[in-house]
Amino acid sequence: MEIDLPTVWAGLIAFAVLAYVVLDGFDLGVGILFPLFPKRHDRDIMTNSIAPVWDGNETWLVLGGGGLMAVFPVVYATVLPALYMPIIVMLLGLVFRGVAFEFRWRTTRGSRSWDVGFWIGSTLAAFMQGIALGALVQGIEIANRQYVGEWWDWLTPFTLLCGLAVTIGYALLGATWLNLKTSGELQAHARRLSMVTGVVTLALIGVVSLWSPFLNANYFDRWFGWPTAFYSALVPLLLAGCAFALWHGLTTDKHLQPFLAALGLFVISFVGLGVSFYPYMVPGALTIEEAAAPDSSLAFLLAGALVLVPVILAYTGYAYWVFRGKIDPEEGYH
Amino acid sequence: MTMGLTAEMLARIQFAFTVSFHFIFPALSIGTASYLAVLNGLWLWKRDRAYLKLFEYWKTIFAITFGMGVVSGIVMSYQFGTNWSEFSDKAGAVIGPLMGYEVLTAFFLEAGFLGIALFGRKRVGEPLHMVAVVAVAVGTLISATWITSANSWMHTPAGFSVDSNGNFVPEDWWAIIFNPSFPYRLTHTVLAAFLTTAFAVGAVGAWHLLHDRTNRQARIMFSMAMWMAAVVTPIQIFVGDQHGLNTLEYQPQKIAAMEGHYESHPNGAPLILFGIPNEDEQRIDFAIEIPKLSSLILKHDLNAPLQGLEDFPEDERPPVLIPFFTFRIMVAIGFLMLGIGMWSLWARYRKTLYEDRWLHRAALAMGPSGFIAVLAGWYTTEIGRQPYTIYGLMRTSDSLSPVDAPAVGASLVAFVIVYFLVFGAGVFYLFRLFRRVPILEEDHELDRGPHRAAGINPGPAQEEPIRAGGSSSGD
Ligand code: HDD
Ligand code: HEM
Ligand code: HEM
Repeated sequence: MEIDLPTVWAGLIAFAVLAYVVLDGFDLGVGILFPLFPKRHDRDIMTNSIAPVWDGNETWLVLGGGGLMAVFPVVYATVLPALYMPIIVMLLGLVFRGVAFEFRWRTTRGSRSWDVGFWIGSTLAAFMQGIALGALVQGIEIANRQYVGEWWDWLTPFTLLCGLAVTIGYALLGATWLNLKTSGELQAHARRLSMVTGVVTLALIGVVSLWSPFLNANYFDRWFGWPTAFYSALVPLLLAGCAFALWHGLTTDKHLQPFLAALGLFVISFVGLGVSFYPYMVPGALTIEEAAAPDSSLAFLLAGALVLVPVILAYTGYAYWVFRGKIDPEEGYH
Repeated sequence: MTMGLTAEMLARIQFAFTVSFHFIFPALSIGTASYLAVLNGLWLWKRDRAYLKLFEYWKTIFAITFGMGVVSGIVMSYQFGTNWSEFSDKAGAVIGPLMGYEVLTAFFLEAGFLGIALFGRKRVGEPLHMVAVVAVAVGTLISATWITSANSWMHTPAGFSVDSNGNFVPEDWWAIIFNPSFPYRLTHTVLAAFLTTAFAVGAVGAWHLLHDRTNRQARIMFSMAMWMAAVVTPIQIFVGDQHGLNTLEYQPQKIAAMEGHYESHPNGAPLILFGIPNEDEQRIDFAIEIPKLSSLILKHDLNAPLQGLEDFPEDERPPVLIPFFTFRIMVAIGFLMLGIGMWSLWARYRKTLYEDRWLHRAALAMGPSGFIAVLAGWYTTEIGRQPYTIYGLMRTSDSLSPVDAPAVGASLVAFVIVYFLVFGAGVFYLFRLFRRVPILEEDHELDRGPHRAAGINPGPAQEEPIRAGGSSSGD
């Protein structure tokens, strides 16, 4: 049987992006929630909970970007110019939040400023990722393998709404992560925040889902046409299941369950998006087939990816395992 | 905001600015990662707490450098798309998989084990901790391998074909990865990172020796650094020479620009030691030259002919001014490094390595030399490649994204502000960490007094927070 390399790669890139969103999502979420924890000691614990893993989480973003350039170069070369401003602002945001981990320990006087930098950096990065997502969903103008739209095309009410949804959604991931990793007062606060952000996230997912079918006839057919509507009915059902698990976990003071349920919300929304996009890489403009690099590139990188991705997952899992359990407030690492 | 500059020029400035900042950090983190692995190995082997102390000391410095390397690197990997989308579209199928392998084999390895290497000694035990430290060091070297391969391919492309749309299609991956300039560039770059680290470590050691020549940890780091300087610099000069010969074969214009040869010399070209390139008149003003030496170095024959820029069409010539100077800066630093290395051997032989104050002062002054040489080297290489991004095949002007000058200009200004702010602060913290006196806890009480008397400023050490969490706490 012939392997359809472009489709396999579209799946792998989607996996990398999803891994990025759920993993760096909770790191960024912790940053987004920073100002809601006024005690310095609490914020120390919060950064300690993500310090050993954030770099690995962010690497999925590099894989998503680098992988895109390798296997769908034309997508990389059209989407990034189209999203010029949001991408640059996201990168600058990531600069701030990445260095803040180390810098806030290196100074007493300046540490407040780095905490602010951590918060703003995380929030901007999350918001811009949401805008980028929204801009993709609403469509990008491409002709002759080049971006031909305007500078500000990415800025619409819909993209701003997506930015907000992703930011609050990441905050939910962050809050449930803190609920998992901390104890005492800090955890109680995180649990309350999980409830608030959980409700808002669900509401925003609802609005975005209802809005997007009207942006593009393809989505509308996909979601409301027969027979695909049968499958698409499944997505809201699964979402409701996750929402229940989240609520139930939080009200009965479970530690892991809310976090997993919040991850579930993201995974299902992501799958829902995939259903809308397929077979396009850039909705309405480039299909997976059209956008793919030559087979020699796809095959060369796939050979490595098939071996290396499982290995990476294994040692990343090991690193999480090493730093498992509640953060000991007195422990000397950050 | 664009000051009349074109989008192309602004994009080039932006790329040069961000990549220069980025490379400063790997230049130190590649070397320190290996240095940490050596120190930790020595600690496990000899069980001498001095090595553990040095590991903890440099670990904090590494963590900061590495963090800055990561965030500035992520910017790089997206710049190809935002600013050089035509290049990415046409060459992505070749360059992309190399960078993809870099992510899969190197970045994940570094990131996955970094947490354990920095914070996990107690949690996983000494042997597994050592594995993590080595994994991080190996990761940085693998990363250097893939990225220099990608970059070398742009200088000496091989193993590809061009399809009807003008896209580069990979044909032979072996030939792509091991393209003609790759072995030279990789060796030269990795040795450069090691030398940069050696001179940084040496300067920190020298600084502390100048204040207290009995400090054992300072002695150890100074001695290790001076061994590196003495052994690696000659190798680096040799490799640099070989690299130049390779460049002469594949990019003769670049060599002509570096050497300042506007004219061709059919019977032996002079070596221009110094002068000022005059682009308008196409000559070197105030040149101080040694007859025939250039031919001797490049062709191993006094009378061998060498091509000058005049032999190449005008629109295929690189600019001369910057490569001419940066090349001389790099080579001068190389010989200064050699000088320090030899001096240290002499001092070792005379048993004055820890007493020779002038040696310490010189080593301190040479602290930043590696960074300068590395940047000078890259500027020579990259500007000497102009006007092409893919040598001979794709011009810089055809590589650009369809973005407007104001967008590139605005983002350039944002990068400049943020980078100076963030990395400026980072470098400030690094200097603070360099000034911590590397003393063992058990010697602490004993050493404190005399240190103050010797004039060490205790400020930075106190500024460092003494709460749970400082990564210098040595868990
Ligand atoms: C010779 C070595 C070398 C060179 C020439 C470059 N880099 Fe680099 N890079 C590294 C050596 C390195 C490293 C040692 O692997 C770093 C430095 C510090 C670090 O954290 O990893 C790194 C980090 C780093 C990261 C973050 C990795 C992570 O998430 O862990 C990215 C995305 C890039 N680089 C991308 C680039 C690009 C696109 C370059 C070319 C323009 C480039 N690097 C030049
Ligand atoms: C995969 C690796 C690399 C790729 C694909 C790459 C690609 C490019 C591109 C597209 C440009 C802009 C066009 C130009 O002006 O030449 C450029 C310029 C430049 N690059 Fe590289 N580069 C790489 C690695 C590096 C590294 C590691 C450095 C140094 C640390 C570097 C230093 C520069 C400099 C200084 C310029 C500006 C030259 C000029 O504008 O005249 N490059 N490179
Ligand atoms: C005196 C001896 C040296 C010689 C003869 C020499 C030679 C060269 C040459 C010919 C190039 C350009 C190659 C090309 O683009 O085709 C180069 C680049 C470079 N040099 Fe040197 N070099 C010397 C010393 C150093 C030192 C001491 C360092 C750093 C510590 C250094 C770091 C670099 C770097 C980072 C590059 C750019 C990457 C590359 O193209 O390899 N060099 N060198």
